[in-house]
Amino acid sequence: MNSLLLIEQSLNGLQLGVQLFLMAAGLTLVFGIMNLINLTHGSLFMIGAFVAAAVLARSGSFVLALVVAVPATALAGALLEAVVLRRFYHRGHLDQVLVTFGLILVINELVRMVWGAVPVPMALPPLLSGAVNVLGVSYPSFRLAILVVGVIVALALYFVVAHTRIGMWVRAGASNRAMASAMGVNVELIFLLVFAAGAALAGLAGIMAGPISAVQVGMGEPILILALVVTVIGGIGSIKGAFIASLLIGVVDTFGRVLLPPALGSMIIFMMMAAILAFRPRGLFPVHG
Amino acid sequence: MSTSDIGLAAAPKAGHWHHGVAGIAAATLLLMLVPTLAAATGNPFLIKIATRVVVFSIAALALNLVLGFGGLVSLLHAGLFGIGGYVVGIAAFHVDEGAFLGVLPGTGELALVLPLAMVVTGLASALMGVIALRTGGAYFIMITLAFNQMIYYFFIALQQYGGEDGLQITTELTLFGHGATARVPFYYGCVAALALTLLGLRRLIDSRFGVVLRASAQNERRLTALGIPPLRYKLAAFAVSGAIAGLAGALMAASQQFISPSDMSWVRSGDLVVMCVLGGLGTMLGPVIGAATFLVLEIVLSGWSSHWQLAFGGFIIIVVVALRGGLIELFGHLVPRRSVP
Repeated sequence: MNSLLLIEQSLNGLQLGVQLFLMAAGLTLVFGIMNLINLTHGSLFMIGAFVAAAVLARSGSFVLALVVAVPATALAGALLEAVVLRRFYHRGHLDQVLVTFGLILVINELVRMVWGAVPVPMALPPLLSGAVNVLGVSYPSFRLAILVVGVIVALALYFVVAHTRIGMWVRAGASNRAMASAMGVNVELIFLLVFAAGAALAGLAGIMAGPISAVQVGMGEPILILALVVTVIGGIGSIKGAFIASLLIGVVDTFGRVLLPPALGSMIIFMMMAAILAFRPRGLFPVHG
Repeated sequence: MSTSDIGLAAAPKAGHWHHGVAGIAAATLLLMLVPTLAAATGNPFLIKIATRVVVFSIAALALNLVLGFGGLVSLLHAGLFGIGGYVVGIAAFHVDEGAFLGVLPGTGELALVLPLAMVVTGLASALMGVIALRTGGAYFIMITLAFNQMIYYFFIALQQYGGEDGLQITTELTLFGHGATARVPFYYGCVAALALTLLGLRRLIDSRFGVVLRASAQNERRLTALGIPPLRYKLAAFAVSGAIAGLAGALMAASQQFISPSDMSWVRSGDLVVMCVLGGLGTMLGPVIGAATFLVLEIVLSGWSSHWQLAFGGFIIIVVVALRGGLIELFGHLVPRRSVP
């Protein structure tokens, strides 16, 4: 492997990593704070991509697609929480898995009814359809934009959770719901907002994945599995863990596919997960205890 | 050690009528009638559906051992099911294509490949169980889900055995040298395998091992305090469960003479969990009833509308919300309960 390929694949790995982080952040917050396993997170990724593709096809504006699709996904997430998932915070994990599993089938079918079973094409924004020179490598500028947006969002998220009053409420609700409630925090509203914010991030990831992979029914499920792996390796509920694990998975998966034989390359991140959990069963950055 | 020593007052369903051998015998006899019914109504399609029901019943029973009795939510079982299928497929493949790894000759003899499938999946299941069982709760669910996808992508990447398109079994499958793929005899064989699985599991559940397993789902700390290491029991249950799931997968591959990764995705694992919950967790015949209901509903709904998954997903949600004890509870209310000592 020469140095140019090394740089290119490193960029690809980091880009996959930040995209995974956008997915994993919502997943790990919802799990860490509300103790809810939300398998519909991949569906929100898909909804973001489909809404963006539809707006783009009608208006031709990628910015407009972004501005419409992110709030739309947040709204879809909020609806999901308020109508169904809110009732499942106190049920067992088995019930949560089953109900979100049922919801995946329902949402997939609804999307298929609206947009059809054929993949919807999504064009690159003209401004970002070229390539830029990074350390001597000609790299697609859209992929670079994903990388930049992902890093900015990750930093902003970290700032909000760690250094703002809302972040403090979120952390309070996470560590002791009853106590936070008694101290005057509207936990129910915080939960709804966290869920909506997680949905918005998943939607954003979906919108950015749209032009480089196909926008189709079921597109959220492979990335959901990867995001779950990230969440587990990072430690459930840990934003920092999710960020580090995302980059790790992104890079290892990308290089695994390039350097190893296909059967091994497709398994490498799962083997890495097994190895990490064998030594640290609660992930790299366990949140509670 | 008696059951009450370790606090099994609320042990799942031990002693219900459907827990007894009578229920197993009745279910087996009922299933044996299907070919007669198919011949009488001139509808050979029935046997195909019934074979599927029986095979998935075995897989759901395997899952129920760890999920219903051990309290372990495993999303790995479709992967194990698939490994069992691929053992049959790969063994048959090497009959014409040269020895496996240059050493093992291929075979289509079910008396060899079915036990082999069980050993391979039992070992794979134990290996993954060692890692997954170190964790607990939600971590366990997500790790088993990830392991399932690992197996899924592994077989997709195996181009030699068809990759994403799956592996066609062209070699004739035999049982003790006799052709074994005729539909009706093969169906009877599957029913026999189901009956043996049911009897074996019943003995296992009622044994000291089963008592400890059920106790581990209820109060692990108490077991440890009594000097019983729960991990060993859970791991053993996981290995047995994997072996049975492998048997089911092997029978499925033999019946279709085809195996593909599409039967191994995590969605199929979710289906198996739904079958268990639908029929009744921690009961002997619940998974059989669940598998039958699930598969028949799938056929009926898909014949009724192309958007059947909408209704199907809604049905799953309703089952979770409303039907806490599973369908077998409904039967339980119809038939008077008889206590089995």
